[in-house]
Parts: sequence; structure tokens; C-alpha cells
Amino acid sequence: MTDEPLLEVENLRVRFETSRGVTEAVRGVSFQVGRERVGIVGESGSGKSMTGRSILRLIRPPGVATADRLMFSGIDLQALSERRMRAMRGRRIAMVMQDPKYSLNPVMRIGSQLVEALKVHERISKSKARERALQMLADVQIRDPERVLSAYPHELSGGMGQRVMIAMMLIPSPDLLIADEPTSALDVTVQLEVLRILDGLVKDRGMGLIFISHDLRLVSTFCDRVLVMYLGKIVEEIDASRLQDAEHPYTRGLLECLPAIGGSHEPLKVLKRDEAWA
Amino acid sequence: MSGPQSAGNAKIAVSDLSVTFTQGRRPVRAVKGVSFSVKPLESFGLVGESGSGKSTVLRAICGLAPVSGGEIRIDGAAMAEPRDKAFARRVQMVFQDPYGSLHPRHTIDRVLSEPLAIHRFSDREDRIVQALKDVGLDARFRFRLPHQLSGGQRQRVAIARALIVEPEILLLDEPTSALDASIQAEVLNLLTRLREERNLTFVMVSHDLAVIDHMCERLLVMRGGEAVEALERSALADHAVSSDYTRTLLTASEGYVR
Repeated sequence: MTDEPLLEVENLRVRFETSRGVTEAVRGVSFQVGRERVGIVGESGSGKSMTGRSILRLIRPPGVATADRLMFSGIDLQALSERRMRAMRGRRIAMVMQDPKYSLNPVMRIGSQLVEALKVHERISKSKARERALQMLADVQIRDPERVLSAYPHELSGGMGQRVMIAMMLIPSPDLLIADEPTSALDVTVQLEVLRILDGLVKDRGMGLIFISHDLRLVSTFCDRVLVMYLGKIVEEIDASRLQDAEHPYTRGLLECLPAIGGSHEPLKVLKRDEAWA
Repeated sequence: MSGPQSAGNAKIAVSDLSVTFTQGRRPVRAVKGVSFSVKPLESFGLVGESGSGKSTVLRAICGLAPVSGGEIRIDGAAMAEPRDKAFARRVQMVFQDPYGSLHPRHTIDRVLSEPLAIHRFSDREDRIVQALKDVGLDARFRFRLPHQLSGGQRQRVAIARALIVEPEILLLDEPTSALDASIQAEVLNLLTRLREERNLTFVMVSHDLAVIDHMCERLLVMRGGEAVEALERSALADHAVSSDYTRTLLTASEGYVR
């Protein structure tokens, strides 16, 4: 971790109050992120996505997010007005979601969407914007940017769509990127290409990255540090390189339930869960 | 590659299979001359990325894809076109998406009793109770609707529905790719156990080499509608593969390399 943290989260809680009672999705989570790759891993329902969303204050009613401290490079995110928060989203903190199919406008050409995103963040002429859009697509290693610019989202493959999303998120050079399962909908080989792009951005631009995923093996090879979440709490925080020595039974369980090439072909270990952990 | 099969003892023999869809006026060849054979009681894997044609091969076996060439035989015999009731008794399929493959307004009880009614089974009551027990679902799930179940529980229902007519062959199209890794382990263990108990022959499609390696004795790697290479499971562990593409897949499945 380098100098002062980019993001500080202390005692984050997300509650949903419904007619059938209160559900706590996140129950007192604290962590810090520097200019590094931090993975958040857990099963569905562990609160990992809610944690990511609440940093951007994107929890919708009846959900309520509270934290003792939610600081982003010296700014108290909780104290910001909705208007200033909107300026923060995208510009300083960006988010990439799981499926590009649902994040891109299906009836707008990719080019128009990129130009629109550019214009939100800066005053720029049409031709300049187009030039920048082409450059951005080239940055995420799209080989034929001219074609992609004039394509509709359905004409692109999943990997291409996700690259476009990443390109769009990176327009204003955010300091922190929250990627929620950015590669889960992609083929393995494409997945690695997208990760390589993200990796490059962390290195070249000094960006912080929060990588949310259910795939512990992938996260451990990609991230510097891993937070393991279970039932809304962080049960273990561990350096990715030391994941094999993880002590918590839940982390071990997540690792051991995965089949491995050249494995024993015995029945897989089934994850044991204990509510006392959370 | 095993050519036109020594079909004598093969449970499923696919030879030179081609599937062509028409998109507008343009024909799209989704499967191009693929051959393989599956022995009785074997578990055979088809692995590849999206667009490789692996699922289309499975659908072709079920008669759900327009076959434009080649042949599919089960126990040495060609199959009725379209597939008949006798075929459905012997060959059942489990689909990828447990959210889309169960009727949202049918209770689990109805989902399971329909195949029993179609195939005129007696003692349906007992069979439904047993089917739920076999896939590790509590009896209280019987009168629930799919939306009241988790993804893993729904996939168990889909497996129960396939097995309730006592088929010989189970075709599995990415049965765990929509599930959490921890739930995947439970479903894979369930499938392994049921295969042993019921003497089933499996054909399993997956994009995940590790899953195929765990579940299948032999596999076929596919890409762009073509067969890349056929392998024994041990070849994966030893990295004894001949094509560059399989090697790429192998490396990719080990995670990110900095």
C-alpha cells in the first residue's frame, strides 16, 4: 500500500427496512484502499456488491447505508449534497458492472454514447470528441475502433462491450474504479485480456481498483489484497499472495470447493457455513 | 480424432455432424463436421468458448437444432425425426439457466408430475417424494414456486425433473455456470453420485476446463464450430495437449499471470 489511502471506509452498514422486517445486507465493514488492486470476494448475498454500491451512494430506498467514516481522498462522501455527489460519480470514482448488455443503451451507437459521456465531463467540439473516442477505444485494445464506433451494442461481443464500458468509465481519468464482476460474463481468454487492460490502468495511471468477484482463484491471481465477505461482514483480509495460507475456515472452504485441473476427482469439498463467523 | 465410429459399443455416436442455421438469407454453420463417441456409462465433456458450437451439438442430439449433415446414433440406431416420446424417456437434458428453465407459475410438484403424466408412470406420488429426496431437497419445497427457491435449489429441481423418467443418458448444458462456486461444488457432487447410482451416461458442456476435468473421463475441445482435439482427462493434468488453442485455454483457466 502506498502513502495515504485513497478510500477509507469505517463501520459501513446497509439495511433494508421492508414490511417484512429489517434485513442487514452489510453489517459493519471497515477497509482502506490505496492505489492498488483490492478484491472483495464472497458468495451471492454476502454483501459484496452492496459494499461497492454504497461507496458511490447508489443504494436505493428502502435500502439505507450508513458509515462512521466514508472518506475519499480527503472528502467526506456522506456530507456531499446529491449534486456534488453526482459530480463525484464517474469523474473521480467510476463503476463497471457485470454485464455490458444491460449497461449500454441498446438503441444508441457506441460512438454517440462515448461522445455523450465525454461531453458530460468537459466542453469539447464534436470532431475533437470523436477523435478522443477513437483513442479511448484503441486504449482498451479494440483493433477496429472505426467499426465499433458506428456499431450498436448488440453488434458487439461480450468482451468488446465490456471494453467499451471500461473505456467509457475511464474518460474522466477516475482515481478509483469499482468493478463489480467485470469479467464474469466473458470467456476465459477474453477475461484475461480485460484484466490485463485493468492491470495496465492501475500501473500506468496510478488508479485504485476495487474488484468485486465470486471467483476467489481469479481474484487471488489478479489482486494485491483480498477481503473475504460472509453474511455482510469481512471475515478475513489477506494478501493475495498468501491466500494459500488463509486461516479462516470460510476462506479455506471457498478455495477448496473449486475443482482443479489434475485434481483428485474425489467429491468436492462442500463449503461449511457457520453463522457465528459473521 | 476418432473418425466414423467403431459404433458397435458406443452409447452415443456422432459422426461428421453439421448444423446450419439461417440468419436472414445467410447460412451460419454453427457446427462443422464434428465426430465423437461416448461409451456406455461414460461421462464425456464438450468444452469451448462462446460460439464454439458445444451447446448446439447437445441440442442437435435432442433434435433441437437443424442438422444439415452427418449422423447421430444412440445404441447404434438412428433416431426418429422429430424425436418421439421413447427418445425423451431415454435422453434428458438439463439446461444452463435454472431461472429460465422452470415455468415461473408452476409449483415444483407440477414441474415434476408433468413428465410422469406424459410417460404414464404409476405411483406418481411416491416418485415425486423420492425425486426430491434424491436431489437433496427437503419435502417442504414440493409446493413452492420457482421464485421461492435459490439458483442451486432450482438446478436441483431441473435435475430431478430430468431424472424422474429414469433416462439412460443425461445431457448437461453448463449446469453450474450460473451458480456460486460453493453451490457448484454441491451440484457437481450430486451429479457424480446420481451417475453412479443410476448408471447414467453423461454428456456435459462447459466453458470451464476445471469442471470438465473434474466430471468427465474424456473430452472434446471445440472452437468456431469445429473439433479442435479429443483428449483423455489425464492429458489435461499432464498438459499433454497438441493444439495451441487447448494450451491457451489451459493457461487461462489457471488465472491471471502478471
